[in-house]
Amino acid sequence: MRTLVVAIKMTIVLTVLLGLAYPLAMCAIARLLFPHQAQGSLIVRGADVIGSALIGQKFSAPGYFHSRPSAAGYDARASSGSNLGPTNRALIDAVKSRLKDVLEANPGTTPAQVPIDLVTASGSGLDPEISPAAAELQVPRVARARAISERQVRKLVEQFTRGRWLGILGEPGVNVLKLNLALDQAAPVSRQARR
Amino acid sequence: MMVDAVLQVGVFALVVTIVSVPLGLYMARVFCEERTLLDPVLRPVERAIYRLCGVRPGTEMTWAEYAAAILLFSMAGMLVLYGLERMQQVLPFNPQGLGPVAQDLAFNTAASFATNTNWQAYAGESTMSYLTQMAGLTFHNFVSAAVGIAAAIAVIRGFVRRSARTIGNFWVDLTRAVLWVLLPICLVGALILVWQGVPQNLRPYVHARTLEGAEQVIAQGPVASQEIVKELGTNGGGFFNANSAHPYENPTPLTNLLEMLAIFAIPAGLTHTFGRMAGDRRLGWALFGAMALLFLAGAEAAIWAEQSGNPNFARLGLQQTASAAQSGGNMEGKEVRNGIVNSALWATITTDTSCGAVNSMHDSFTPLGGFIPLLNMQIGEIIFGGVGSGLFGMLVMAVLAVFIAGLMVGRTPEYLGKKIEGREMKLAMLYVLIFPAVILLPAGAAMVTKAGLAAITNPGPHGFTQVLYAFTQAGANNGSAFAGLNANAPFYNWTLVLSMLSGRFMMMIPALALAGSLAGKRAVPPSAGTFPTNGVSFVILLVGVILIVAALTFFPADALGPIVEHLAMQAGKLY
Repeated sequence: MRTLVVAIKMTIVLTVLLGLAYPLAMCAIARLLFPHQAQGSLIVRGADVIGSALIGQKFSAPGYFHSRPSAAGYDARASSGSNLGPTNRALIDAVKSRLKDVLEANPGTTPAQVPIDLVTASGSGLDPEISPAAAELQVPRVARARAISERQVRKLVEQFTRGRWLGILGEPGVNVLKLNLALDQAAPVSRQARR
Repeated sequence: MMVDAVLQVGVFALVVTIVSVPLGLYMARVFCEERTLLDPVLRPVERAIYRLCGVRPGTEMTWAEYAAAILLFSMAGMLVLYGLERMQQVLPFNPQGLGPVAQDLAFNTAASFATNTNWQAYAGESTMSYLTQMAGLTFHNFVSAAVGIAAAIAVIRGFVRRSARTIGNFWVDLTRAVLWVLLPICLVGALILVWQGVPQNLRPYVHARTLEGAEQVIAQGPVASQEIVKELGTNGGGFFNANSAHPYENPTPLTNLLEMLAIFAIPAGLTHTFGRMAGDRRLGWALFGAMALLFLAGAEAAIWAEQSGNPNFARLGLQQTASAAQSGGNMEGKEVRNGIVNSALWATITTDTSCGAVNSMHDSFTPLGGFIPLLNMQIGEIIFGGVGSGLFGMLVMAVLAVFIAGLMVGRTPEYLGKKIEGREMKLAMLYVLIFPAVILLPAGAAMVTKAGLAAITNPGPHGFTQVLYAFTQAGANNGSAFAGLNANAPFYNWTLVLSMLSGRFMMMIPALALAGSLAGKRAVPPSAGTFPTNGVSFVILLVGVILIVAALTFFPADALGPIVEHLAMQAGKLY
C-alpha cells in the first residue's frame, strides 16, 4: 500500500518535471537560440510561407526539378512510406509507371541512366532531397524549359548540393525546393511555360 | 561501395566504443552514490523529490519488493497516459483540436509506452495532441528507460553482492537514472537537434502555399525534446508517423549519427558499469565484445543485402549500382540523406537494442535485409540491447553459457564466483522460454484467424513476415514495424498489448528473482578448474549459445517468411 502511494506521487512529480517543465523549457531555450529552426525552418517569400526547407514538395512543371515519388503525396500532415514489400506486384507496377513518367519527362534517357531514388518512394513521403545523379538527369529538361544554358543550371545544382558530413557520413543530396526557388530568381519562366 | 559502408560503420563503432567507457564508469559512480560533477545541482532536486513522494532513500528492497515497486509505478504511468489520450480534446496544448484516441488504440499505446516498446499503431501528427506527446509520451520515454536502467543496476547488484538480502532501492535508482543520466544528456542533445533543424514549438500546423501553388499543411510540435529521449532511452516512438525517416525528426547526416549514438550509448555503457561494479573491468569488456561482434556482423549483412538491391527492379532495366552521385541499391522506403548504408545500419542498431525507431521503412527492405532486424530481436535484444533490459538479458545468457560450459567439463558452473544451481537455472530457463511463447503463440493464432489475416497488406511470404515481425517486436518490446500491417484494429491492439506486457514484466521479474537468489550466495574463490568469464573463449562460447538458442527457437518460423521470400525474389516470382 505504501509502495502504491509512492508510485502515484512519483508519477505525478516526474510528469510535471519531464512531461511539462522539460519540454516547455526546451521550447523557450530553442526559440531564443535557434528561432528559425525551432519554428520549422520555414521559407517565406514576401508575406507567404511557401514551405519548409526540410519538407519536400511535389513539382510537375518541366521548368522545375522534380522531387522523388511520395507515398504521402507530400502531405506534411500524413508522413508515410509505401510499405510495399520487395516481391509485391504492386511495388513493381508502381516502379514501372514511375519509370515511364521519368522517361517521358526527360526524353532521350534510357532506364539504365535513371537513378534509383527517382523511381522509389521515400521513407517519409516528404524527402526534401534527390541524389546529385537524379538532379543531373533533369538538367537538360529544366534548361530547355527556362531557355537558359545547361551550364547555368548545373552551377545552381552544385550550389544546392549538400556533401557528406565531414566527407564521410550520410549521402550527398540536392535540396529540391531551395534549388527551384533559386531557379525562379535566376531565370523566371512565364506562366505558360510552367505548365 | 563496400569501402564506404565499412568506413561509415567503422566511424560509428569507434565513436560508440569511445563514448561508452566514460559513460559506463560515470553510471557506476551514480548508482553507487559516489561523488559526481553534477552533485551540487542535482542533490537538492533529488532530496526534494524524495521528500515530496515520501521515499526513504536509506531503506533497501528485496528483489520481490523491487519488482513490486516497478510494477506499481509502471501501472500508474500507464493509466495516466490512457487518461491523457482519452481526454486530450478538453485539455490544453491541442492547437489542432484533435479528438480523443479510440479505446483500444489508447490502451495499446499506453501499454506500449509503459513497457518501453513504443509500438505505434497511430500516426502521431494526426492523433496525439501536444500535451499527450509531452506529458504522456515524453514522460514515458524517460521513465520506461529509467525503469530499465534501474532493473539492470539491481540485477548487477544481485550478481556482485555476497550473502545479501537486498538489491537496492527502486525509487532511488529511478530518480538517479532520470536526473543524473537521462536528463542532462537530453538537455544538450535536444539543443543540438534543434540547431540542425528539428522543430521545438507549440504552434498550430503551418499552412504553406507551395511553389507550384498547391496547399501544404506542415505539422509542427515540441519534437526535439521527445526525439532525443526517444533514442537515448531506446524507446522509439516517433513524434511523426514516419519516425526518424521524417526530415523534421532526423534532418541531417549529423543528427542521424547522434541519434544512432544515443541509441547505443547507455546499453553499451552499462557493460562497463557492470565491469566496474563487479570489480573486474574485463568482465564488462567480454560482454561488450560479444555484443560488438554480433552488431558488426548484422550491420554488414544488412548493408550488403540492401545494397545488392531488388532483382525485380533490375528486370525493368534499372541500375542499382552505387556511385559518387547516388547511393544505388533498394531505395524504396529510404531517404536520400541516409542512403543505403545509414538506413541498413540504423535498422540493425534499432533492433539490436529495444529502440524501434526507424529511419527507413523496414517493410520495403529486401527479404534478407529485413531478416536481420527480425533476427536481432529474436536473439532477445541483447546486442547492447534495450536500456537496461539488454544488460540483464545478456547476463541471463551468460549464466546459460557457463552452465553449458559446466556440463561439458562436468563441474558445477560458476559466474562471478557464485555457484549456479537448480533455482538459478530454472529462472534463467523461464526467461528464455517466456520470450518465444509470447511471440510465436499469438503470431500463430493471427495466421489462422480472419481478423489476424485481414491486416496483411503484402501478399505471399512477406505477409507472414509482417505478422511475425509485429509479434516479435511486441515480445521484444522493440516498437519497429513492417508498417504496412494494418495493426490499428481491435485484434492486434489487444493481442499486442498482451505480448508487450508479458515480454516486459514476465521477463524482468525472473531476471530480478535470479539476481535476488544470487545476491544471497557466498562467493567461492576461483580455482584451477574455474572457467574464466572475462576472456576471449568466454566471448566465443557466449556468442555461440546466443545464436543456437535463437536459431533453435525461431528458425522454423523464419524459414517460412524472409527465407522463402528471398528465394522467390531471386526467381522473379511476384505476389
